[in-house]
Amino acid sequence: MTNSIADIEKAEVILVAGSNTTENHPVLSSFVKRAVKFKGAKLIVVDPRQIKLTRHANMWLRPNLGSDVAWINGLMHVIIKEDLHDQSFIENRTTGFEELKAMVDKFSPDYVESITGIPAQQLIEAARLYGSAKAGSILYCMGITQHTTGTDNVKSLANLAMLCGNLGIEGGGVNPLRGQNNVQGACDMGGLPNVYTGYQKVTDEAARAKMEKAWGVSGLPDKPGLPVTHMVPKAYDGELKAMYIIGENPLVSDPDLNHAEKSFSRLEFLVVQDIFMTETAQQADVVLPSTCFAEKNGTFVNTERRVQRVRKALEPPGSAREDWRITAEISRRMGYPMRYENAREIFEEIAGLTPSYAGITYDRIEKVGIHWPCPTPDHPGTPVLHTQQFTHGKGVFHAIDYIPPAERVDTEYPLYLTTGRLLYQFHTGTMTRRSEGLNDRAPESFVEISAGDAEKNGLIDGQTVRIASRRGEIEARVKVSDQAVDGTVFIPFHFAEAAANRLTNAALDPVANIPEFKVCAVKIEQAA
Amino acid sequence: MTDQTITINDQTFSFEPGETILEVARRNDIDIPTLCYLKGATPTGSCRICVVEVKNARNLLPACSTPAEPGMVVYTESPKVVESRKMTIKLLLSSGNHNCAVRSGDPDNWTAYQLRVQDYDNSGDLCPAWGDCELQNLAFRYQVCGEPFPTAPPHYSMETVNPFIVRDFSRCILCGRCVQACNEIQVNNAISFGYRGAETKIVAAGDRPLRDSDCVFCGECVQACPVGALFEKNARYDWRPWEVKKTRTTCSYCGVGCQLELHVKNNEVVKITGAEDTPPNFGSLCVKGRFGFDFINSGDRLTTPLIKEDGKFRKASWNEALNLTVKWLSEIKETHGPDSIGVLSSARVTNEENYLAQKFTRAALKTNNVDHCARL
Ligand code: SF4
Ligand code: SF4
Ligand code: SF4
Ligand code: FES
Repeated sequence: MTNSIADIEKAEVILVAGSNTTENHPVLSSFVKRAVKFKGAKLIVVDPRQIKLTRHANMWLRPNLGSDVAWINGLMHVIIKEDLHDQSFIENRTTGFEELKAMVDKFSPDYVESITGIPAQQLIEAARLYGSAKAGSILYCMGITQHTTGTDNVKSLANLAMLCGNLGIEGGGVNPLRGQNNVQGACDMGGLPNVYTGYQKVTDEAARAKMEKAWGVSGLPDKPGLPVTHMVPKAYDGELKAMYIIGENPLVSDPDLNHAEKSFSRLEFLVVQDIFMTETAQQADVVLPSTCFAEKNGTFVNTERRVQRVRKALEPPGSAREDWRITAEISRRMGYPMRYENAREIFEEIAGLTPSYAGITYDRIEKVGIHWPCPTPDHPGTPVLHTQQFTHGKGVFHAIDYIPPAERVDTEYPLYLTTGRLLYQFHTGTMTRRSEGLNDRAPESFVEISAGDAEKNGLIDGQTVRIASRRGEIEARVKVSDQAVDGTVFIPFHFAEAAANRLTNAALDPVANIPEFKVCAVKIEQAA
Repeated sequence: MTDQTITINDQTFSFEPGETILEVARRNDIDIPTLCYLKGATPTGSCRICVVEVKNARNLLPACSTPAEPGMVVYTESPKVVESRKMTIKLLLSSGNHNCAVRSGDPDNWTAYQLRVQDYDNSGDLCPAWGDCELQNLAFRYQVCGEPFPTAPPHYSMETVNPFIVRDFSRCILCGRCVQACNEIQVNNAISFGYRGAETKIVAAGDRPLRDSDCVFCGECVQACPVGALFEKNARYDWRPWEVKKTRTTCSYCGVGCQLELHVKNNEVVKITGAEDTPPNFGSLCVKGRFGFDFINSGDRLTTPLIKEDGKFRKASWNEALNLTVKWLSEIKETHGPDSIGVLSSARVTNEENYLAQKFTRAALKTNNVDHCARL
């Protein structure tokens, strides 16, 4: 997030796009709801489903799946036409406005309606609402990123925020909501194929030299490695021979699971380190038992870039060990010793190598976490990014055209499928499905369908059906719901035995390598 | 500015316009007891436990909802105040099934009442909030028990049908904190005051069980309840405040990163509460963070390394499992080059662990093939 969570309550207008906030980020959704109920903020929800947050919204725009660039360009079209953009911000802080203006010129409300299904008048009203606010906050999640055009979608939202001068101010910002507890930290720490900690590039000679010195090695590889979405096909092709997987369960979370399973089975060696025998661990040659968050010390970084402590509260079961100790031990046995007494020592090494973390210590975050960047020991941290200037000087507008999703419905597969999470379950369910209470509330998978579509296909609530895409099929119960809209069904992806990802499309966003989980074409039949 | 001051117990304090007497007092470490007051919500001034004596005011005034005014002279524990508080506590103790020892000194009365309640609720249990009850604490602090007042039988039976929260109306003092927590803090709008007069009750969706209402089981109301009327179902008989060790940590589910307290007894997590007064969540949690902890002490946890032989796993020592791993990784690196190995680190593990995973991949394996499943 460019801004902090508390900052949401300072916004005049909140635009929530592709985020089922009350289910996936419940406590954060309270900030949104409070802003609306008590602070007079206006809420615009843009989502293909009638999610719960729409109850609190002043406007709900319902775009067709995968049409995000179109409605965002449409908003900008109206904002520019009605002169609601922030001229001085654009002049002083940005470049590329003319190109953007030329691009959005064709995205008239009527044209946008023809692509997105959002009525022209609604688009105009939403544009006026966001465009006239002194401070407007944009919140988005996987509904924006998990598309072949995910990068385009994100850049478009940034365009919109810059256009109205909504960056670098309180109550503004472009705020991605991270789905898992430490996504932000995993990225910050260089758990990515192209960067070290703090996004220092592996292709940058100076960064490499710095790491070589600190780590006491020479010849660090200088070309970016494979992202996970490329590792899987490479395993299938036999180019990738071995994998070491720490605490991930790609065999439920990956797209096009049938293909992913075949790929993993072709590996010569797979070692999985986890707290449970997950679907992925089942495929492993060696399984190493690790500790859960309550059994170790360390830090997580939340979605607002706040570095917070994790503390050990109990002893791990059996001979399970902390993940870092296992990694360090493997490394030692491979001839590269890593000697640390505890997590604090590792953190000190990180801070020493990472300018944005340089001022953070365990002592400073003992009570309250700090937002990076925090470059010096007396720096208070940075709740709002870009207040003076952008990381690379001026903010760049990207002129982006609309591209349709990779897969479209046709006569054989006439329904769109979108996937997501439920309040009572989490990710691949390895943790939540072991809680009796949570399972009581959300025991099994289902396919959520509108009353209209149910009738058209002769389906009744509660019956078991077969859902098929070009890649696979699963069975699930029908749930007729007023959250669904005609033409689009929804399946949660938590449940391995009816894994939604047997259906999804592995087509990738070319830049971010994110699969298009949010759109594919399916058909529904009576189960045999 | 000299006139922006008030005097509390003969000490002078400055205040910000709009601050209440309670806020000024708490900021200066003067303890005024409260029951219906919930931080972050609009004060209702309904329980009157926080009353203070203000010079020249006709009545005692509730500190939680009375704004500080220039020149006010306030006494927080004057004889009049103490007398009023005692009366309030007595009434509250007598209003319901407050069967902790402070309720009455007369065993006959106590038992008769008890039996009636037990009959009604099929539960003879002492209040689960024993030792963690604000009303009990106040009774002790002001040395009050509830005997001179007749006890009313509970109007409503206990609700135990959902997996997370027990609602025991026989202990509800109608302070309204749960209603505020639900409507003003979490804005789930699931519960409100229902009925009138002596029939008043906190209701969900026209007086239905929580599970059939808009309730999302965030448990904000449970954490807000000052007495034993709302309780975590699983912690009810397992958790005693002095038996658990509390550890503050960060929730391991979503990216909000709520701060929570793990309550651990005999190496088991028995309850989780939100850490108050600290960002990002200021005490709030969701159902996963508060109630989704069974996995930690699950019998399914992996406890020993495993090696697959002929398609089946067998137990192995750490030494054996690590040696086998190292043998394979080294051989594959040797034969096919570093880029034939991939490492997936995780959004679930700590920064320190992610850092070591990428350091190992780059410095020991000599490849940049490291990623995690954040996008998935
Ligand atoms: S659990 Fe949460 S949603 Fe349910 S009544 Fe309590 S505060 Fe409201
Ligand atoms: S249930 Fe608890 S918080 Fe709610 S009104 Fe009764 S005593 Fe107060
Ligand atoms: S308590 Fe809920 S909202 Fe808070 S971090 Fe945990 S999962 Fe997220
Ligand atoms: S706490 Fe002030 S009236 Fe209840």
